[in-house]
Amino acid sequence: MTAPGRPGDAIAIDSLHFSYDTGPRVIDIPRLEIARGSRVFLHGPSGCGKTTLLGILAGVLQATHGAVRVLDRDLVTMRGAQRDAFRAEHIGYVFQQFNLIPYLSAYDNIALPCRLDARRRARLGNVTLDAAVRDVASQLDITGLLHQQSTALSVGQQQRVAAARALLGAPELVICDEPTSSLDTDRRNAFLDLLARSVEQAHATLLFVSHDASLGAHFDVQLSLPTLNRAARADAA
Amino acid sequence: MTMLLTLAWRSLRNRPVTSILTVAAVALSITLLLGVEQARRGMRESFTGTIKGTDLVVGARGGTLQLLLGAVFGIGSPTGSVPYSVYEQWAKHPAIKWTVPLAIGDSHRGYRVIGTTPALFEHWRYRSAGTLTFAQGRVLATANDVVLGSEVAARLGYVPGSAVTVGHGLNAVAGLGDHEAHPFTVVGILHQTFTPLDRALFVTLDGIEAMHDSGNSETGGAPVMPGAGSAPAMPGAAAPPATQGATASSYTQPANVFEDQPKALSAFLVGTKTRFETLRLQREINQYKAEPLTAVIPGVTLGELWRTLGTVEGGLRLVGALTIIVGLIGMLVALYSSLEARRREMAVLRAVGARPGMIVSLLVLESGLLTLLGCALGVAMTMAGFALAQGVIESNTGVHIAVQPPGTLEWIYIGVVLSAGVLVGLVPAWRAYRSSLADGLSPRL
Repeated sequence: MTAPGRPGDAIAIDSLHFSYDTGPRVIDIPRLEIARGSRVFLHGPSGCGKTTLLGILAGVLQATHGAVRVLDRDLVTMRGAQRDAFRAEHIGYVFQQFNLIPYLSAYDNIALPCRLDARRRARLGNVTLDAAVRDVASQLDITGLLHQQSTALSVGQQQRVAAARALLGAPELVICDEPTSSLDTDRRNAFLDLLARSVEQAHATLLFVSHDASLGAHFDVQLSLPTLNRAARADAA
Repeated sequence: MTMLLTLAWRSLRNRPVTSILTVAAVALSITLLLGVEQARRGMRESFTGTIKGTDLVVGARGGTLQLLLGAVFGIGSPTGSVPYSVYEQWAKHPAIKWTVPLAIGDSHRGYRVIGTTPALFEHWRYRSAGTLTFAQGRVLATANDVVLGSEVAARLGYVPGSAVTVGHGLNAVAGLGDHEAHPFTVVGILHQTFTPLDRALFVTLDGIEAMHDSGNSETGGAPVMPGAGSAPAMPGAAAPPATQGATASSYTQPANVFEDQPKALSAFLVGTKTRFETLRLQREINQYKAEPLTAVIPGVTLGELWRTLGTVEGGLRLVGALTIIVGLIGMLVALYSSLEARRREMAVLRAVGARPGMIVSLLVLESGLLTLLGCALGVAMTMAGFALAQGVIESNTGVHIAVQPPGTLEWIYIGVVLSAGVLVGLVPAWRAYRSSLADGLSPRL
């Protein structure tokens, strides 16, 4: 089996299989390549393996079979701890909702990845952590919220704090799992604009997953997970 | 690590009610465990410290514990009476260095009146060889003199010169059956010793005798027999030199003071010339044919007391250990049941780069912090509790329990509890570890 994709791809998948324990196969993707710096929209209805695929790309789940390269690193051959370190250093992740540690302030939530991982911290270069947090907060227009407890924030504010956290330390890959599904249309569009701008500034690759196909217009590339994932098609059939 | 500690601390603060309840449960069980230990140690130190220099306590034939408690600690009444002639005879024994006679049986407003000689103030030792010292006044000289323990003086507001009448019997009600015909005058007040001596009044043996003579109908009950027909000893009364016995010690006293020796004592304290002779002397006294006597070595008899109490202490310690277990199980339940609600939090931590090991450390730190706080609070509560209860315990039992930081054994307990607390944290930590691996980034809520 040859290494998939071209060198420099952000994500390259070849014959990826995944199943939970001894359960049925939920992921069967023959091929997927995402170029660095692109902003990709991955569309899929619920239950087609979106979150599972993102778990594999983030290195939290281990592929059952196949090759997965993220930022030119082979996740399949890495041990769990190496994948954790890799994720901490190179990947920003935004969940659908409940992104924040409830007992930390917005500020501490944003700073968390850099405090947990020295290499993510090192990516800030000469900038102090405090300056970096304030910088990313002003980008996402949440400077006034920094010292609020995260439970006191509205859902929209929480999502912006989560985006700020994912962008801090300029990770090469930002993965968003339905981050706008709990926002109304106006707030959703504002959030998507902010996100797109911030990702571009950071020269990061964005992988944005949603069941809402209407969001696709905001992105460079649109992909359909049911088309890519043969397991989902078999399931649907 | 500091980061995780901060996270653990904030997480606990985020659940204040369960955290406080858990800390309180651990603290209370620690308090119970340490309290039992502290009380045990305090009681032993208090009892052992009360009678230091005395080699033997001799009284009428009876229970060794009863004799020691009655004669020295003012608990219960002594075993019976020892004829004064018998005491005089033993006081001359070549192995004996000094003796202190004790005549117990009267009281003043709930405090014991002890008939003795000035030798008591010379030979009694407490704590680390502390001698009795006078806060005010002087030692006993005449049959009208009374010396007060510090608490008696403080509680009853007596000063040198105050007049004191003594009631008959150990539980005399003030004014009932008082030996009013023979009032005493306070001549001295002792410094505080934290021993039962603080709650006693001391008069001469003549004083006891004179008191009972003047109230001639008072008989029975008291080990001190009223002297028949002898005149009350008055201060400065001219009399031929009395048979001096042990009271003719090196103590400088007017020779004519102790003219009226009582017929009987409750007990007497003995100091031997060398420690080696103590055992032999004890055997000799116990086998004395002319009069049934009991001689006890204070330390040995206290040892018997501790062995008796050991069972009770063991039981209390077991109860303490069980409450610790209950407290820790309470913590386990609190942490474990919070996990379900925290799966999301664990997934977020994983997503921002926390390794599963960090999740484990976080939960172990939480249980460790709760236990640590519980232990610290427990130690503080134990010490505060004894500081508050000290006075009550002392006035009810005569046992002075010093407030002191935990000793080696207590630190070992605390160490064991802390380790157990950390181990308990491993249970929810293990579950969180498993579910964070299985859930990945999407806990199935």
